[in-house]
Amino acid sequence: MRQKDPGLQVKYEMLFSRTLVITALLILILVIGLFLTLLLESLPSIQHLGFGFLFGKTWDPVSNVYGAYPFLVGTLLTSFLALIISIPFSMAIAIFLGEYQPTGALSAFLKNIIELIAAVPSVIYGFWGLIVLVPLVRSLESKIGVVPYGIGIFTASIILAIMIIPYAASLGREMISMVPAQLKEGAYSLGATRYEVIKAVIIPYTKSGLFAGILLSLGRALGETMAVTMVIGNSSIIPTNIFAPGNTMASVIANEFTEADRSLYLSALIELGMLLFLVTVVINVIGKRIIKGFNT
Amino acid sequence: MKSNINYRINKSLFIKGFIIFLAFLITLPLVSIIYYVAKEGFATINWNFFISVPKPVGEVGGGIANALVGSLILVVVASIIAIPVGIMCGIYLSENGENKLSYYTRLAVDILQGVPSIVVGIVIYFWVVKPTGSFSGLSGSIALSIMMLPIVIRSTEETLKLIPSTLKEAGLALGLPYYKVMIKVILPVGMSGILSGVMLSIARVAGETAPLLFTAFGNPYLNTNIAKPMQSLPLLIFNYATSPYDEWHNLAWGASLILLICILLLNLFTKLLTRRWKVQF
Repeated sequence: MRQKDPGLQVKYEMLFSRTLVITALLILILVIGLFLTLLLESLPSIQHLGFGFLFGKTWDPVSNVYGAYPFLVGTLLTSFLALIISIPFSMAIAIFLGEYQPTGALSAFLKNIIELIAAVPSVIYGFWGLIVLVPLVRSLESKIGVVPYGIGIFTASIILAIMIIPYAASLGREMISMVPAQLKEGAYSLGATRYEVIKAVIIPYTKSGLFAGILLSLGRALGETMAVTMVIGNSSIIPTNIFAPGNTMASVIANEFTEADRSLYLSALIELGMLLFLVTVVINVIGKRIIKGFNT
Repeated sequence: MKSNINYRINKSLFIKGFIIFLAFLITLPLVSIIYYVAKEGFATINWNFFISVPKPVGEVGGGIANALVGSLILVVVASIIAIPVGIMCGIYLSENGENKLSYYTRLAVDILQGVPSIVVGIVIYFWVVKPTGSFSGLSGSIALSIMMLPIVIRSTEETLKLIPSTLKEAGLALGLPYYKVMIKVILPVGMSGILSGVMLSIARVAGETAPLLFTAFGNPYLNTNIAKPMQSLPLLIFNYATSPYDEWHNLAWGASLILLICILLLNLFTKLLTRRWKVQF
């Protein structure tokens, strides 16, 4: 038998555990680096524009005026509208898969559908929206008597809603399937119907988890770029109603970043990116905390 | 009293029907998307579509060879960067339950998972594109690898945590050094879980556009040099779908079909993999 040098073994051993620690540190440094780079590059804009940046109502790079308010409004409007549209569907899917039919052919089918919805790239959603959804929305708009742009906040919200349904639905399903059987059986033995059990036992028991799922899908909606950019209309004017064209923080970055010729312009765009980063970090950390608390 | 019970039962049934209706309504958009992509895509695709580059506006024909090659290179290079780092970090997290570094690293992974992809694009622009002075395939790959990392790390960590410690202890008791136990015993046992995480992360970044906008940038010509701007399928779809020209729309439909098929196959393959190789304890 070949005798190995024990000293070499120890060296390998050290090398291996060091590499593990270094990669873990690397991830940490990566995230800190992401934030510091954003902060550093947006400093000119923070110094020049201060808090006024957030409330400035005009975004006009030609005359060097940068106000992020139209994009804040656009982002919040699209994301919350998408959330409102998606909640009935995602909750229905969660309840169906978690309570009515956790197993079986029908639920396997629905699960596959949800996975596919999550797998379709956002640029294909955008393309589909542009070709299929925009004409539909346009005819709807001319029926109800608003300017029939077709593109705009409403169209973007519908696409976003479809895209975020899988997140809230799959988390909700997990939560609902974890409700202890005794609780449900107790309610049934008292004579409750299926609906009453869902309303009085399952939803109250899982409400923090369902909320976390919705929160995480909001985080997705806020940062989603491509599909929104393609159908929102890219107008830097504050949207007056939900059918008007607008812009979100992510879409304005996507559209104007490579065209930004002045350093202040570029820096203002990066500040938008940093705000987006901070908001999604907060939402994700809170959402994950709630889920962790639910699981233990 | 009797009617009251009937009312409650009927209400319950009605709501069940309503929930099932709402739940299955989600198939509508998916069917519509697949229908349009397949219908328009198959009409465009022919042999020429795969081997030629896009033609200028006004000329019929042209293909997406540049985007196919570019996407392949971008994803392969991103995988080469992300997979080793991701697996190593996953091993560290699964081996170190609760210490300071693992706590903060886990937090960092959570954050990384939620970072909007466009923000990653901005940062890589300043890390790679600006210092090197040119948009490049390499910078695109780095951006994609950052998007892959959290998925690979999480799946590695979750998989390895499920492996009973008796396996590791048996290896150590036989006198194997720790690194050999990890590489030759624990990793192979968890391979299916890790691989499925890797495949999912590839499927995810293959369709990413936003991080490539300011990094790989796109290129109308065939390019295999990762130091130069590079086209990718999602970038091509974005650029041509938002153009006003019908020929370019057709190219975008064809590219959408190819991209969708690749991503669905990756997802399907992942499923088969986990089903066949599932290790149970």
